[in-house]
Amino acid sequence: MSKLTFPRMGESWRTFKMLLEDLGNDVVVPPRPSKRTLDLGVRYSPEFACLPLKILMGTYLETVEMGADTIVTSGGVGPCRAGEYAMLHHKLLKDLGHDIKMIVFEPPRLQPLNFIKNVRALNKNRTSIRGIIAHIKRAWRKLQALDNAEKLSHIVRPREITRGTTSKMYRRVLGWIDQAYTTEQIIETETAALQALRGVPQDLDREVLKVGIVGEIYVLLEPASNLEIEETLGNLGVEVERSMFLTGWTRDNTWTETTEMMSVKEAAAPYLPELVGGHGRDSIGNTILCAKRGFDGMIQIAPFTCIPEIVARTILPRVSRDYNIPVLTFFLDEQTGKTGMSTRLEAFTDLMRRKKRLQRGQFTLTG
Amino acid sequence: MDLNKKLGIPSVLLYYIYFPFWLAFFNEIGVQVVTSSNTTKSIMDKGVREALADACVPIKLFFGHVMDLKNKCDCLFIPRVVCLNGKTIYCPKFLGLPDMIRHSLDGIPPIIDVRIDARQGRLSKIKAYLEIGSYFGAGRNIVLKAYCKAWIALRRYNRLLRKGLNPLDAMEIIKNPKNKKLILPAKSNLKFAVLGYPYAIYDSFISVNLLGKLKKMGVSVLTAENINPLTLAWQKNCGLPKRLFWTFSDAALKAAHYLFRQGRVDAVLHLTAFGCGPDSLLNKFIELEAKQHKEIPFMTLMIDEHTGEAGMATRLEAFVDMVKRRKEVVSTCRN
Ligand code: SF4
Ligand code: SF4
Repeated sequence: MSKLTFPRMGESWRTFKMLLEDLGNDVVVPPRPSKRTLDLGVRYSPEFACLPLKILMGTYLETVEMGADTIVTSGGVGPCRAGEYAMLHHKLLKDLGHDIKMIVFEPPRLQPLNFIKNVRALNKNRTSIRGIIAHIKRAWRKLQALDNAEKLSHIVRPREITRGTTSKMYRRVLGWIDQAYTTEQIIETETAALQALRGVPQDLDREVLKVGIVGEIYVLLEPASNLEIEETLGNLGVEVERSMFLTGWTRDNTWTETTEMMSVKEAAAPYLPELVGGHGRDSIGNTILCAKRGFDGMIQIAPFTCIPEIVARTILPRVSRDYNIPVLTFFLDEQTGKTGMSTRLEAFTDLMRRKKRLQRGQFTLTG
Repeated sequence: MDLNKKLGIPSVLLYYIYFPFWLAFFNEIGVQVVTSSNTTKSIMDKGVREALADACVPIKLFFGHVMDLKNKCDCLFIPRVVCLNGKTIYCPKFLGLPDMIRHSLDGIPPIIDVRIDARQGRLSKIKAYLEIGSYFGAGRNIVLKAYCKAWIALRRYNRLLRKGLNPLDAMEIIKNPKNKKLILPAKSNLKFAVLGYPYAIYDSFISVNLLGKLKKMGVSVLTAENINPLTLAWQKNCGLPKRLFWTFSDAALKAAHYLFRQGRVDAVLHLTAFGCGPDSLLNKFIELEAKQHKEIPFMTLMIDEHTGEAGMATRLEAFVDMVKRRKEVVSTCRN
């Protein structure tokens, strides 16, 4: 039987593994990207390919070693490179002599036939359509549970009393959610997981800064690719709110907290009315929304040479000035080191803290 | 805005493809057009200073040209060109071009950034030009007439390109049809294909005068613009299941497919810009294709704002020598 693998993005693999197995496939779980993954990827990818392409290339090579012979991934019609990734990966793997099959999901709206064909290829158990929908629904619920646990960990970490307890607990609850199978189990373990995370001993009086994270989706979702920026920030006493999760951006949040009931697209419109591929426009829109909600700063992370984020980065200084919110950008490549990043993050945190104290000082003076 | 204003068009990026169209259009509705001067070191330096360090060279160059133009005109023409043929789009940086300029440079005159997207219906292009015309108070009929004239100009221009002229010469001929005779490039026995984006190949500053150098070495050059677009449209995509969705990259890949299979050129060069996103894929695809056609030598040349005259010349000379020797060996073997 063929062995399937798929791109890894953060913890979402737990869901995809469940879904593919439910349909009767043999799955090779992509390992967490390591130094070796990156080395492999860099060696066999074009020099100016963006980091996600390189890491995925490395991951594919590792999964091939583990016996995978079919890759399930997404295609696309642009405007950005991600839509062409699958073709390049396929060519590169073939060039290296690996006879790999690719199942590429194109947007179902544009190519419904491709979608049906792919689903049928994956449906080894010959599950009924209704059964497939039930599987997908359950998988989605699990994805939500994983995202919710991660979101909470971002809030708890900056307040923890003993450093490292949140991360430890977070890893433990991931295991619980992973084990849950039926919808009831998933909901139950989610509740337990959130409770356990909340139970981490915290100092609730600590002065915590709030920072929004925007940027390119892959480096946002895969901690191994962004050098665990969220954990580093949490340890610096910064609560992060990431603008992107696979299960979607928490819309309710933005709508209630900004008075103007604005969507990301509307917020970005005065600066960048065009969809420039990837999430360039969202980076701008979310920066504005977060500024309106009183965040202390924004961090943009993107792969080196990332086209949409370069467009966004060109415009962000103006947004930063107009809304008086500091913005720090990291363009990541294989050479970016964790120490360098930590130093810049520390300096940025200091800056935000000083700004915050200054503002508060003014308030007491005038009030 | 009225007709007395001067309209600035930066001579980079789409300039090489559509300037004759724009010029004819604006002349017809009575708007005076100024362009930035040819790329110089100082324009490049300005661009490097103003644009984001991580941007690709052509975008930096665009910033430089805008800086050069901004005091010479009353408004800038930077249309948001999304799609012109209904099939392929332009690099996302083209899509965000007016916004990048507007929000990161100071003291910029008003920008005409009409969105042109041919995927939105048959008449969308004409509508876009009607909108452009309305900036200058030009009426519907005038705009429609200008639009037709512009098409004719573009057709003429493209016909000249197909004859093997390079864009700058072709524009010169259109400008002074009388006093300049059509000098076709001399035939020589070495013929190279140069693939890459028109705004890199034809800008003799950033391409470090690649075309001139080849000419001096007695090599005649073929580019994707010299190939009939219909021929190109028929080509497959070097064995890829779908086309590349960026217009210029698509054309270059199809040209590669055609040239490698036709075998009428002696070598293929791919000129790629440092930091270019689409090229990271395109170059690899062409390279893999070249691997299957060993009889046609292939070389990639990467340019950036620091590319030196000397380095480029040495590499080119070595490559040309190699191709020459190969050709001799092959022909003696045949005899
Ligand atoms: S959004 Fe950025 S990282 Fe993603 S494919 Fe496009 S260029 Fe690459
Ligand atoms: S295609 Fe490449 S060179 Fe052209 S604008 Fe886009 S990134 Fe820059």
